[in-house]
Amino acid sequence: MLAWTIYISFAGAAGMFLLPRESLRAPRVLALIAALAGLLVAVGGALRHSAVGGVVTLIKLPWIPTLGADYFLAADGISLTLVLLTGLVATAGVLFSWNIELRPREFFAFYLALIGGVYGVFLSFDLLLLLVFYEIAIVPKYFLIAIWGSTNREYAAMKLALYSFVGSALVIAGLVAAYVVSGAETFNLLELAKFEYPREFQLWAFPLVFVGFGILAGLWPFHSWAPTGHVAAPTGASMLLAGVVMKLGAYGCLRVAMTLFPEGLAAWRDVIGVLAVIAIVYGALVALVQRDFKFVVGFSSVSHMGFVLLGLATVTTLGLSGAVLQMFSHGILAGLLFGVVGRMIYDREHTRDLEQLESRQLSRMLPFAAVTFVLAGFASMGLPGFSGFIAELYVLIGAWQTFPKLAVIAGVGIVIGVAYTLRAIQKAFYSGNELPSPARLPAEHGDSAISLPEKVGACLLIACTVGVGLYPRVLLDWIVPSFNSPLFDGLRKGAGL
Amino acid sequence: MDYPGLIKLLAPECLVVLTALGVLFADLKFWRGLPSRQRFGRGVALATVGLLAAALFAGMGEKSADLLLGTLVLTRVSQFLKLVLLLLTLGTVWLCSDADFTDHVGEFLALLLLAATGMMLLISTENLLMIFVSLELVSLSLYVMTAFNKRSSCSAEAALKYFLFGGMAAGFMLFGFSFLYGLSGSIHLPDIAVALRTKGSDPLAMAAIVMVLAGFGFKIAAVPFHFWAPDTYDGAPAPAAAFIASGSKVASFFILATLLQAGMPGAAGSGAWNAFVPGWMPIVAILATASMVFGNLAALAQSSLRRLLACSAIAHAGYALLAIMAEPADAKPALLYYVTTYALTLVGMFGLVSVVEGGNGDDSMGQLAGLSQRSPLLAACLSVFGLSLAGVPPFAGFFGKFYLFVAVAKSGPTLSSFWLVLVAIAMSCVSLYYYLQVLKQAWVAIPVEGSVPARASRPLVLVVSLLALAVVLLGCVPELLLRFLR
Repeated sequence: MLAWTIYISFAGAAGMFLLPRESLRAPRVLALIAALAGLLVAVGGALRHSAVGGVVTLIKLPWIPTLGADYFLAADGISLTLVLLTGLVATAGVLFSWNIELRPREFFAFYLALIGGVYGVFLSFDLLLLLVFYEIAIVPKYFLIAIWGSTNREYAAMKLALYSFVGSALVIAGLVAAYVVSGAETFNLLELAKFEYPREFQLWAFPLVFVGFGILAGLWPFHSWAPTGHVAAPTGASMLLAGVVMKLGAYGCLRVAMTLFPEGLAAWRDVIGVLAVIAIVYGALVALVQRDFKFVVGFSSVSHMGFVLLGLATVTTLGLSGAVLQMFSHGILAGLLFGVVGRMIYDREHTRDLEQLESRQLSRMLPFAAVTFVLAGFASMGLPGFSGFIAELYVLIGAWQTFPKLAVIAGVGIVIGVAYTLRAIQKAFYSGNELPSPARLPAEHGDSAISLPEKVGACLLIACTVGVGLYPRVLLDWIVPSFNSPLFDGLRKGAGL
Repeated sequence: MDYPGLIKLLAPECLVVLTALGVLFADLKFWRGLPSRQRFGRGVALATVGLLAAALFAGMGEKSADLLLGTLVLTRVSQFLKLVLLLLTLGTVWLCSDADFTDHVGEFLALLLLAATGMMLLISTENLLMIFVSLELVSLSLYVMTAFNKRSSCSAEAALKYFLFGGMAAGFMLFGFSFLYGLSGSIHLPDIAVALRTKGSDPLAMAAIVMVLAGFGFKIAAVPFHFWAPDTYDGAPAPAAAFIASGSKVASFFILATLLQAGMPGAAGSGAWNAFVPGWMPIVAILATASMVFGNLAALAQSSLRRLLACSAIAHAGYALLAIMAEPADAKPALLYYVTTYALTLVGMFGLVSVVEGGNGDDSMGQLAGLSQRSPLLAACLSVFGLSLAGVPPFAGFFGKFYLFVAVAKSGPTLSSFWLVLVAIAMSCVSLYYYLQVLKQAWVAIPVEGSVPARASRPLVLVVSLLALAVVLLGCVPELLLRFLR
């Protein structure tokens, strides 16, 4: 059933071209239907399969017998979490893209194709299939940014496409080598995970694949595509980029690199831990001095993804679960933050410069935007009651057990996170004169009040972060048992999980 | 074997030759007075009938035979490839359906069909003389087809360059063949293989290998024998360029792989990193690496679509050469899947180029600006072809490359040829940049003021869309093609 998330998205993308060319409304509605259907299937499938625990096979057909590749879709708790995240962010993203008027058919076609690829990656347990979906997700990003983007869009789009493609090239190299060395003539992840690769091989194959996927996860120092890409992208695409595409990278690191090469991980985990902490602190520090509002959020993404990678590097059940939960949490929050900045503020004020926004008294003009941003900001700072808190706590406790020093530095990163979030909130919403300047009365905003789709999208995401924050077991009950499945035997043995 | 039996085996070739003569005759006798567009239309219709009939015979005919010292060797794979060549010819013929670059319609189509005959003979032989003769039939037809646009001086220049390089290359190849004959006393590939097993590292054998590879290096446009390619692709009429890039490539690669793997297994040597052993492997490895690196880097600097395709053809020749180094069981399927899908893509690309050029022969990338607004279908086809060439799934080019990488990585001792895969992967990242530049024109750039919707004749749009569909289908379900190639 979960496999339908993929088919619905691609069908929606193809269906766009059957719509009349001039219509503005039809593409939106079709996109919303497709995204919502995907979300419902994701929720239904998650509820149905989460009870089982372990890896649930959805479909398995011979695909390319010559190479031993199967059309093999399956899910475990980690996939379920991320599929659910994709459904949520995709739906919210369509709602926040309600005002697209330039070539809407093509916009939503690329948008849905991207979503389909993302669902596919999260559900593939055949590595060749995973790779195919992974690359399918790259190209639509390029067009979404290059056609509908803002600041420096063509540069940012090309940079993002090339970084992604280099990443997947590294992954291909690693996979070809892994396939040949195993000699098993299969790409089935469950089979390959049982194979014990020679240690010398793992030592170079692991970094190849990990960095390949890590590029998309914003692994420092290969993160620089992320802020420029996020900033240039149109709102819906930013939400997807930060919300789910970066998760593809982190998911690949966990699902492929770490599962196949546990000894390589054991040898390189310190390096990864250090890089992750650098990303946390560096991303936060850079976010602290940005003038462009979107860059603040963009660099905060790099910082928060650092927590994911730190969690992965701990290789404790606690840290890994925290990493997966952080993927979910950051996906929701980044979507929300980009929605506020890109759609609610930029589309109305036509500037993202914090210095200029200071004088516009947005808390009065756009109270809904202000409240949403404050909530999202608090959540991403890691305030208790929101999903970010529990995720980062898990990661930090996990890190404390393995690398105490790094855990302390990451803690400092959280403090800087509080600083840049508060600075952004204060500058964008709560500064300027107490009295509204005569030229900018609320009435002027009458026709551009926050629209219903925006409100629905924002409430959906806020509800998720609060829900998971108050009752994290709803996801942890899926995530934690997944790490006990036979798939992670190698990881448990090789790296002492 | 008696004559009727022979003709039965060669029925597809005979039918194509008859069609060529038929088109020539009909054009001369009945269509003289018509405008050239109409003559092309009728010629294409006649050729289509002939090619489809030939394809029917190729599909139903005998699946295995070995006659007269390997002069005619039919296998399941070569028969299937014949079918592929016929379809590629059909696609190329349809590209002419709206052409008006020449008044000599019958001659052009007849030459095209004769070249196709040469290709079909080329892939069904294991005999040095027959290889050479059919290769010359292909080459000579293609030289003349290149020169057919008499209104453009570029066409003549392209043909002359192609011819001079080609003549030189043919000389080298024949010289190499004579050495092989001298060493083994036979022109039959299996006999040569037996003789070379004991004389594998004989200096004469090495000289023969170098010369044969120089000759084939020209046919497939591998560095350093590639200089003709950009000018020829640029100057030739679109159908001629498409045929040079598609059918001729498929046939040449097939026979090169047969020649090296069936004829000289004893002189293979090794192209493993830091462990070169003299033989054809290291030479092929060097040709492949040089082609991939040069082709992709040179393509970065191109602003003309045809030249870009030429540079990318050089790069793709490099990838395809890699497959020849794989283990024999993998080599042919990997190579044939790769070149077949590549050929389909290129016929489609040249179809698009001829649409984009309109009447004025300007093939700069700017001509594509706003294609997605002017003709969404053609823009979608362009994206399929471009992304397939770049090796992006779910298009055929991705799986072609991937299978090839796996096949090469598997050959020899564990991962000894992996360096070639690394070079290939790195270079395919470079290639994404320039293919995206093309797609950027079509999707992102704003249409030039006053530009009209891209006009294209129905058959042309049909053939381009069918090819794009094939590229998508073969990419999603590669087994459709693979099961015929093993």
